[in-house]
Amino acid sequence: MGFSLSRMVSDLKIYGKSSLRSREGFFFTLVFPIILILLFGAIFSGGGASQSTVYVQNHDTGPVGATFISALNSTSNYCSTSSGAGLCMRPVPADLNFSQYLSSKSASDGIIIPANFSLAFESGQKVNVTVFGNPSSTASAVVSGIVAEVVNGFNLHGATGVHQVGITPRTAVSSNYKYIDFLVPGLVGFAALTSPMFAMVNISSTYRRDKVFKLLSLTPLTKTEWLLSKIIWYVGTTAVSFMLMAAVGVYAFGAHIALNWGIGIFLVLGPFFFVSLGMLVGSVSNTPEAASVVGNLVTFPMMFLSGTFFPVSSMPKYLQGIAHVLPLYYMIDGLNEVMIYGNFGAAYFDMAVLLGISVVVFALAVRFFRWRED
Amino acid sequence: MAQVPAIEVSGLKKKYGDIQAVDGTSFSVDEGEVFSLLGPNGAGKTTTIEILEGLRNKDSGTAKVLGLDPWESGYELHKRIGVIPQGFKFLDYPTPREALSYYGALFGRKVDPDELLRRVILDDASNVWFQNLSGGQKQKLGMALSLVNDPQVVFLDEPTTGLDPQARRAVWEVVRKLKDEGRTVMLTTHYLEEAEELADRVAIMKHGKIVAMGTTAEIESKFGSGQRMVVKGGDDLLKYLRESTRLHAEGGAGSITIFLRDKSDAMVALGAIEESGAAWEDLTVRRDSLEDVFLKLVGEGGSIEKGVE
Repeated sequence: MGFSLSRMVSDLKIYGKSSLRSREGFFFTLVFPIILILLFGAIFSGGGASQSTVYVQNHDTGPVGATFISALNSTSNYCSTSSGAGLCMRPVPADLNFSQYLSSKSASDGIIIPANFSLAFESGQKVNVTVFGNPSSTASAVVSGIVAEVVNGFNLHGATGVHQVGITPRTAVSSNYKYIDFLVPGLVGFAALTSPMFAMVNISSTYRRDKVFKLLSLTPLTKTEWLLSKIIWYVGTTAVSFMLMAAVGVYAFGAHIALNWGIGIFLVLGPFFFVSLGMLVGSVSNTPEAASVVGNLVTFPMMFLSGTFFPVSSMPKYLQGIAHVLPLYYMIDGLNEVMIYGNFGAAYFDMAVLLGISVVVFALAVRFFRWRED
Repeated sequence: MAQVPAIEVSGLKKKYGDIQAVDGTSFSVDEGEVFSLLGPNGAGKTTTIEILEGLRNKDSGTAKVLGLDPWESGYELHKRIGVIPQGFKFLDYPTPREALSYYGALFGRKVDPDELLRRVILDDASNVWFQNLSGGQKQKLGMALSLVNDPQVVFLDEPTTGLDPQARRAVWEVVRKLKDEGRTVMLTTHYLEEAEELADRVAIMKHGKIVAMGTTAEIESKFGSGQRMVVKGGDDLLKYLRESTRLHAEGGAGSITIFLRDKSDAMVALGAIEESGAAWEDLTVRRDSLEDVFLKLVGEGGSIEKGVE
């Protein structure tokens, strides 16, 4: 019997309806991803949710530079408050290379007060402060707004009352990435692993126990159609999870995400692989208990060692070795490459690995899972 | 022209490990007939019916449904039969109406879910999630699903196990309708009453073998010991009957059964009861029922359940 699109769509419709009506399905698709990203985002973003640090380097030896800094502090220094948004001004020693210092702190916001600031100001000459910022960052926009405000105040009360102090904007895009940037792809991978795996391991045993497989085997529905409909469903739920987590990551924690078609490829390959793997695990296990044990043995190492919560590169060498044999690593690594670095060359390899193992595991799952018994 | 049987089984065997679940059974079911496999749990009923449905492979022997080998023919057969597995379950959340539309779509048939639900008397629960249906309603949905492809043969594996008497009667009503529509029905049950109510012919199974087969009247006359006299009395009466007559008598729990071979046995029994001087009451004479035969063939320990009424 050949493949029938309409049978697969019918199966997808009833499974989808059933999943959405179940509280667990609803929770794991829509609520759980948000909880995860809020939880881990909050734990690791270190204090205030959208507080950003502004580094200030004062080369001026006279009194005006110091006055300028205290003016900045008085408008916006929220370093000590643990809650709420705001800017935290941090002084940088004058002898350091400011650009290098910013990138070493993974920061892009900073202000340099030039050496001749007091002299020029007092003698009525024009002088500019340099403001570093990332043009695409909302925090940088806030910083330049505050600096402009302080500058305006100086110009009003200055010696000549004319437009004396100016701003030289400079672009600084940090080449070091923030933790949240890694967290979004990691948790997307986590969602693509856990939701399909647990669902399929559970289905494979309950459908067998309840004889739903027997019932289905008496219809023209094929195993391939049935499994494909599950894959399509979980591609959909993973895409929803991605959108929710990306939105929370960007708007609540200022994550940087490069949106491109590469993400879509991984959002398809991930669930494709894990739905097949879950079904294979359930099929080769004789009892529901065994299926659950094997499922957990397969799932848990991947959950923690594939770069879900911490970048793999930050793990010890031997754990990195283990990570490289875990399929989820290739999904998360690939997502990191396309979402953070925009490095498609490296992502192609991850895509190829995932596609290869997915096809193999899908074929094995269809081969080993049986509607009926000998 | 001789009628081709809807189901034909001969020398069917199936073993699980050391257990011979089906041990050389043979029977055939005519078109339009309601045939019941009756037996205690573990007698091999479900294995037999699952082999016929194509859900299990046989070890040896032949099994043909509508002239087809169930294991080999797959959809060729499945489009012509309807099946409810034992303890039928479906996904938790679809409603009966959705389940029927889904099943129809799988078969590529345009079905009218409401018409099917009316036929199985489930139209009052057409929009209730499966998990919230009662046991009887679930069974009825199973029956409706098995009818989606307008099958010639319907297999019902213990369709009323665990149902309350009212739900059981509702399921029976649907089975009778199936027969009226000219469908062949094969039914397994461990309720004697169900087999007596519904089946044209009954086969009693024990340890994978058919130990009796025919209409209930045929089985009663062939395997029954004929008439029996039942009287309430104590051990002293039983002892007297055994010692002073050559009648076969069994007793216990205050009730004594005397097996009668002919009318003179009855006279001898009555005389002996009177002569014994023991107390007695409630004397009746009756034919062996299917239940008597069943207990005799399958044994008291056969975990038989009588219908709850």
